[in-house]
Amino acid sequence: MPSPPPSPQNRTPLLASGEPFVWLTGMGLVVGLAMVVVLLGLIVYKGLEAFWPHRVARIELTTSAQEREGAPFLVAMVIESRHKKAPGEGDREELYLQTGNKDFFGSGFRYLDADEVASISYPPDEVVIEQIEYLTIGTLVSLQRPGAAPIEAEAPGFLPALKETLAAARARSAEIEHLEKVRIGDNAARIQALRIERKRLERVAGDAPPDPAAIASIDEQTAELQSAFEGMAAEARALRAEQDASTLTYRIADGREKSIVAGQVVHVTWPNQMGFAGRLGQFFKNMWAFVSENPREANTAGGIFPALFGTFVMTVILSIAVTPFGVIAAIYLREYAKEGLVVRTVRIAINNLAGVPSIVFGVFGLGFFVYGLGGSIDRLFYPDSEGPVFGTGGILWASLTLALMTVPVVIVATEESLAAVSRGVREGSLACGASKWQTIQRVVLPAAGPGIITGMILAMARGAGEVAPLMIVGVVKWAETLPVDTTAPFLHLDRKFMHLGFHIFDLAFQSPDSEAARPMVFASTLLLITLVVTMNLGAIFIRERLRRKYATGAF
Amino acid sequence: MSPTETPRKAVLHASASSSAGDGNGPDTKPIARGSLLADRETPFVSTESGQGSVIDSIAEHRRFQAVVHPELAHDLPHVLRVEDFSLYYGAAQALHGVTMAVPQHKVVALIGPSGCGKSTLLRSVNRLNDLIDSVRTTGNMLLNDRPIFDTKTDVISLRKRIGMVFQKSNPFPKSIFENVVYGLRLMGEKRRGVLQEVCERSLRDAALWGEVKDRLHDSALALSGGQQQRLCIARAVATRPEILLMDEPCSALDPIATAKVEELIHSLRGSYTVLIVTHNMQQAARVSDHTAFMYLGRLVEYGPTEAIFRNPRCRDTQDYVTGRFG
Repeated sequence: MPSPPPSPQNRTPLLASGEPFVWLTGMGLVVGLAMVVVLLGLIVYKGLEAFWPHRVARIELTTSAQEREGAPFLVAMVIESRHKKAPGEGDREELYLQTGNKDFFGSGFRYLDADEVASISYPPDEVVIEQIEYLTIGTLVSLQRPGAAPIEAEAPGFLPALKETLAAARARSAEIEHLEKVRIGDNAARIQALRIERKRLERVAGDAPPDPAAIASIDEQTAELQSAFEGMAAEARALRAEQDASTLTYRIADGREKSIVAGQVVHVTWPNQMGFAGRLGQFFKNMWAFVSENPREANTAGGIFPALFGTFVMTVILSIAVTPFGVIAAIYLREYAKEGLVVRTVRIAINNLAGVPSIVFGVFGLGFFVYGLGGSIDRLFYPDSEGPVFGTGGILWASLTLALMTVPVVIVATEESLAAVSRGVREGSLACGASKWQTIQRVVLPAAGPGIITGMILAMARGAGEVAPLMIVGVVKWAETLPVDTTAPFLHLDRKFMHLGFHIFDLAFQSPDSEAARPMVFASTLLLITLVVTMNLGAIFIRERLRRKYATGAF
Repeated sequence: MSPTETPRKAVLHASASSSAGDGNGPDTKPIARGSLLADRETPFVSTESGQGSVIDSIAEHRRFQAVVHPELAHDLPHVLRVEDFSLYYGAAQALHGVTMAVPQHKVVALIGPSGCGKSTLLRSVNRLNDLIDSVRTTGNMLLNDRPIFDTKTDVISLRKRIGMVFQKSNPFPKSIFENVVYGLRLMGEKRRGVLQEVCERSLRDAALWGEVKDRLHDSALALSGGQQQRLCIARAVATRPEILLMDEPCSALDPIATAKVEELIHSLRGSYTVLIVTHNMQQAARVSDHTAFMYLGRLVEYGPTEAIFRNPRCRDTQDYVTGRFG
């Protein structure tokens, strides 16, 4: 008897239908996305929070706490409240406070148990004074200007006078900075150049005495520059004295008073008097200060402009170095080299290069670029220089080291995009009488352009976020000068530079005041991610324009 | 020519000379597969003149002699002469001693079932088969009496004398203008005026000028499939090639675009010599002056299109054009 055909009610077995595997793949994606979203969300939230102006709270303490603290209240900014688990005490809430006034208390942050708080109020006249060295929370007492009677804080002319004094101080500090960095810096560079020239003359002359006229001319010019330097130094001293002429007196919560010179003040804000719009305005002002200013206080305060700029310049040099190199290598591998054992081995080697720890590239960069190439350049072109010029870490060597590290990415991406250019187009070009090289140059490369730029984007993203190799080939905690500036030759490839990735590492693990540095870590991370995303968007924009121009549908 | 080819060529000649005797032997089954058309004006080429069917001659290890109509006799003046041309992919022979000639300013269609070697023959003319490492050839081709397969021939300058249109349109990722003048630029032409003139002339020749004259500098890839194929024709004719090769130029197009391209090919006769591969027999009948039927790597019959379709002299041709196989 023939077996009955399977009834239509018989469902496809679960495993055969593949339903569980669909779920599994979906879960994989969700887990991956969740991790990315949580990480980015944390960075964005914490990074932006660092710029949000907190209000200054006057915290009245309970009786028991008053005895311990020796004061009836605390004045501080409440950063956050959190749960703490102490053994045997159960779950307790505590407040994380920024008290500021490190010069009085020895620390700018502290914790307070939430149940020791009797009440919180926000007195309007509390100010936050950001100084070059400290952050002060307190109330203003008086302003003493040279050749005038002190103005009390309650007096009607106080605010305009304070604003005027601080604006003048800011203008002067910009002037001092320009004087010291640009004018005195230029002057010093020229004196240095003359000294090197003199040494060169002495070396060329050998045992014989050098040309006395030339030496005399150099000495004369040096003396001129020297006297110009003394004039500028005197100018700077006068400006500094002026910076110290006005003093601002404030009082902190426990009644102690302190006077500071106006030149010390970065800015004064009244956070408790700000409405939402005012705080939002302050938020953007803080953000702008962060990206545009130099760091202060061992990088824990102020801005990070040099690191941002250094990262940008390094990434640009890296892309300029890695793209042609990778593209040329890929063209040879894909178009000219005969497929075989050698090419396969080379391809495997390139792919494995991407797996070499980045610090190894750093060590290689130090040995090959810095000591090898840089040392030779110094011997050939800078024999009279007092210190190493290219024979020490610098932005060029750092960029080239990273270029070497990211070149496999570009080669692989370019090879793939070359392979995607259709045979028909190549044959069409050859049939028109183009040589193989002309075909590659005129037809294949334009068609592969978008894919090549994808490789460049990947290389940039990988290079911009790298830290470990940079630490030994030219990144420093604090660089006095930028790699690109207004002094000839404008692009200083030999200079050491600051880098956001290293800056984050430095803030997080090597900072003298880790609590003050904490918001800076998040803000710097946010900025680094923003920079990488922005540069990638720029490259994507170029790629899309190319794609529209040469829309092929091959990618 | 590499030294390895020499013995092969010798073998080929040996077989050619031995086949001559076999070819004259009696064909035992000339109309074994039944008579074809009742109203035939002339009988099929008889066994006495050396012909049976391709399959029969392979089975009998005879060298197959193609039937060439007297209008296309090999000794007349021609643009392209193919002389006893054979081609091997590695050990597999794809073309077996093809001999034919393409007269000037005519459209010659190559027809035959898939895999019969018609595309291979076409791609040998501009030596595109050189791109495949395993290809070996014997025999020769002459383009206006200059040899194509010769160690002294510069392939790149040879290809500059030949235009080619492919099965799938392959515009370059450039503007329409740059596509058309590509060949000219390769020849080093830089004068703007000349380039513009040639661009207009070629696009007019390709019946595309009216559709694209306002957007010459837009991407060529934005054109429709049929326009792209006509652009490829414009590109191929821009350098006024000595011969224009077309490899199934309409097989990827819709009927309307096909009709336009066919019309265009038809209009090219008289000013260009065209060698076109097609497996659409109606198309061959519509566009060509002469038709060559190929089968299993051999040229079977070559004559005026009218004669090939109405009154073929070979039974294989008759079977193919009437749709009995292929």
